[in-house]
Amino acid sequence: MKVVVMIKQVPDTNKVRLDKRTGTLIRKGVPSIINPEDKNALEEALKLKEKTGASVVVVSMGPPQAEDALREALAMGADEAILLTDRAFAGADTWATATTLGHALKKIGDFDLVLAGRQAIDGDTAQVGPQLAEYLKIPQVTYVRELIVDDGKVKATRALEDGYEEIEAELPALLTITKEANVPRYPHAAAIMTAYREQEVALWGAEDINADPESVGLKGSPTQVKRSFTPPPKEPGQVIKSAPSEAARDVVAILRQKNII
Amino acid sequence: MDFTFSKEHQLLRRMIREFAEKEVAPVAEEIDRDEKVPFGVLKKAGKLGLMGIPFPQKYGGAGAGEVGYCILMEELNKICGSTATIIGAHTGIGAMAIYLDGTEEQKQKYLVPLARGEKIAAFALTEPNAGSDAAAIQTRAVREGDYFILNGSKLWITNGDIADVISVLAVTDPALGARGGVTAFIVEKEFPGFKVGHKEEKMGIRGSSTAELFFEDCRVPVENVLGMFGAGFLTFMKTLDVGRISLGAGCLGASDKALEMSMEFAKSRYQFGAPIAAKQAIQWMIADMAIEIEALRSLVYRTAWMLDAGQTGREFSTMAAMCKVLGSEVACRAADAALQIHGGMGYMKKYPIERMYRDARITRIFEGTNEIQREIIARNLFRRVGLRLR
Ligand SMILES: Cc1cc2nc3c(=O)[nH]c(=O)nc-3n(C[C@H](O)[C@H](O)[C@H](O)COP(=O)(O)OP(=O)(O)OC[C@H]3O[C@@H](n4cnc5c(N)ncnc54)[C@H](O)[C@@H]3O)c2cc1C
Ligand SMILES: Cc1cc2nc3c(=O)[nH]c(=O)nc-3n(C[C@H](O)[C@H](O)[C@H](O)COP(=O)(O)OP(=O)(O)OC[C@H]3O[C@@H](n4cnc5c(N)ncnc54)[C@H](O)[C@@H]3O)c2cc1C
Repeated sequence: MKVVVMIKQVPDTNKVRLDKRTGTLIRKGVPSIINPEDKNALEEALKLKEKTGASVVVVSMGPPQAEDALREALAMGADEAILLTDRAFAGADTWATATTLGHALKKIGDFDLVLAGRQAIDGDTAQVGPQLAEYLKIPQVTYVRELIVDDGKVKATRALEDGYEEIEAELPALLTITKEANVPRYPHAAAIMTAYREQEVALWGAEDINADPESVGLKGSPTQVKRSFTPPPKEPGQVIKSAPSEAARDVVAILRQKNII
Repeated sequence: MDFTFSKEHQLLRRMIREFAEKEVAPVAEEIDRDEKVPFGVLKKAGKLGLMGIPFPQKYGGAGAGEVGYCILMEELNKICGSTATIIGAHTGIGAMAIYLDGTEEQKQKYLVPLARGEKIAAFALTEPNAGSDAAAIQTRAVREGDYFILNGSKLWITNGDIADVISVLAVTDPALGARGGVTAFIVEKEFPGFKVGHKEEKMGIRGSSTAELFFEDCRVPVENVLGMFGAGFLTFMKTLDVGRISLGAGCLGASDKALEMSMEFAKSRYQFGAPIAAKQAIQWMIADMAIEIEALRSLVYRTAWMLDAGQTGREFSTMAAMCKVLGSEVACRAADAALQIHGGMGYMKKYPIERMYRDARITRIFEGTNEIQREIIARNLFRRVGLRLR
């Protein structure tokens, strides 16, 4: 079995600075990490590797320095790493990102399972996973917190706001994994050394994946970020400390006053 | 010149920092209070390769060299002096002696499980009558067929009561003394005649255990002679040289943490209508800490780099001794300044500064007192100008 995990390198903070003029991220000076939920996706893949002997391939689209995220994934236990990097990929929106990743997966070919994080902490759209599944025309299950692979099928538990859903899908399928799924392992110290000193990260450009330059990067992006801004913080909530019987009345009064009820 | 850490060392640091914050920090206060060795932490550390960071991978290590090992000591000591001390005695001196002078068989048999954290090591030099004057040891080893019979005792041995494997120094020929008459041995805790005595109650690093060891007709097979017969003193001194760099690195971490906490406190503590950071008295303490810390950082990593580059002559020994002296003194001054900046808060047990202050103090004493280190440094310096001091 071959499991491919989608890894995005993101800045290690929620307080990302943005270039006001272009609306794009200023990555300089901010340490980069593997997107947290991609680590959860990788952990699921590594558990499958331990259980079934599956091979784990990690793929990322990004600038050359995204190689570090892939080396960390290798140190955690991935078998193979591919970095999609090319000037032509720059400025991609979620659709162009999914298209590019999709080309790479078609080149990889014999995958059984694709795992992505639920959402990236910088772009935050949670779109790339589903779009990638659509592009590949394979079943998708989002918000997965538990999965069992058996007999050419995957049984996945989806975490919804008000409960769980159990879904069965035929392989190959794409799952997006949430942080509730597991606690990602630490890389072993020796594996960190080996990941940098002995293992390879394959570099694939637009030509390597047969991508039409018009369909990727800025050119292949139907959307463009016009402006990014941080919404003003929410005002602090009001705590009602009176006895429960009075508190209920007070709450009702406030809700009435705000025309909520 | 290039002062950047390699990418692998950067990732190693990030992993260790996360490990220290998530796995070690939650037990740091408790193991100090209750004098409990954090076995759970050591087990997890072993599984992640943190018990054998400097050793090559073929011996079960991480292959991260002395630089990697200094990173470990630096990051661990920010969080817990006890845990750093245990791993320091285990990796930095106990197992290090076997790595430096052990035979291939000894490395396979002892170093591999030690580096993997499956076994714990200790380093036993000090005796009741031999502290700074290490050459005055009295533990005797007499050959009897295929065994050496050890008799004597060792004092204040870190990990002494939890170690499976102990590097021990003993006299094999009293007439020759330290030059040719002292031999190092690898002793297993199961060897007949090995006993653990009293466990000390200490001021600091209380989560690490410090014990007395007894050898009563302890039978050690001849193949457990460590290094050349009669050259044990050199093996032990060489090991301590290496240990002194990482001791300095631990001190760097503790000092850095003291500075970080002091700045945080000085920024948020208001007196006379302004943060105390606005006072020159506080600013100068902060500036002095930062100056010393940066000097220490350069010294420690330069010396670690020398070792990894194979530059291990007298120059290196001198530098290693400097790491130990500067590190321990910077750590003590930084802990003192941090406590002063925190005022009454720094004196209270519920705040970690108090523990950091107690933990720092030992570093000026063990692995050779600072007085002895200064003697080594001066002796080596005078040698350069043709004066041999004894
Ligand atoms: C602040 C900001 C806002 C943006 N807003 C938009 C927008 O509104 N519309 C739009 O089309 N684009 C937007 N982008 C641009 C850019 O397209 C996205 O960052 C990128 O395509 C991934 O989308 P995401 O970050 O939302 O990832 P998500 O869709 O949230 O990521 C989900 C998962 O997909 C996988 N994945 C995502 N990106 C990659 C990658 N490069 N390589 C490998 N796997 C990956 C990971 O497994 C990840 O966990 C925005 C970028 C930023 C930084
Ligand atoms: C917590 C702890 C853990 C330890 N762990 C270990 C361990 O794992 N293994 C081990 O072998 N040992 C260990 N030791 C022992 C430690 O290395 C010794 O305590 C140290 O070397 C000093 O010896 P001493 O205490 O006998 O002091 P002494 O040698 O008696 O010195 C007393 C004072 O005299 C000074 N002095 C001595 N000689 C000179 C001189 N020539 N010139 C100037 N001043 C001098 C010293 O600097 C010191 O200030 C440990 C000690 C402690 C406290």
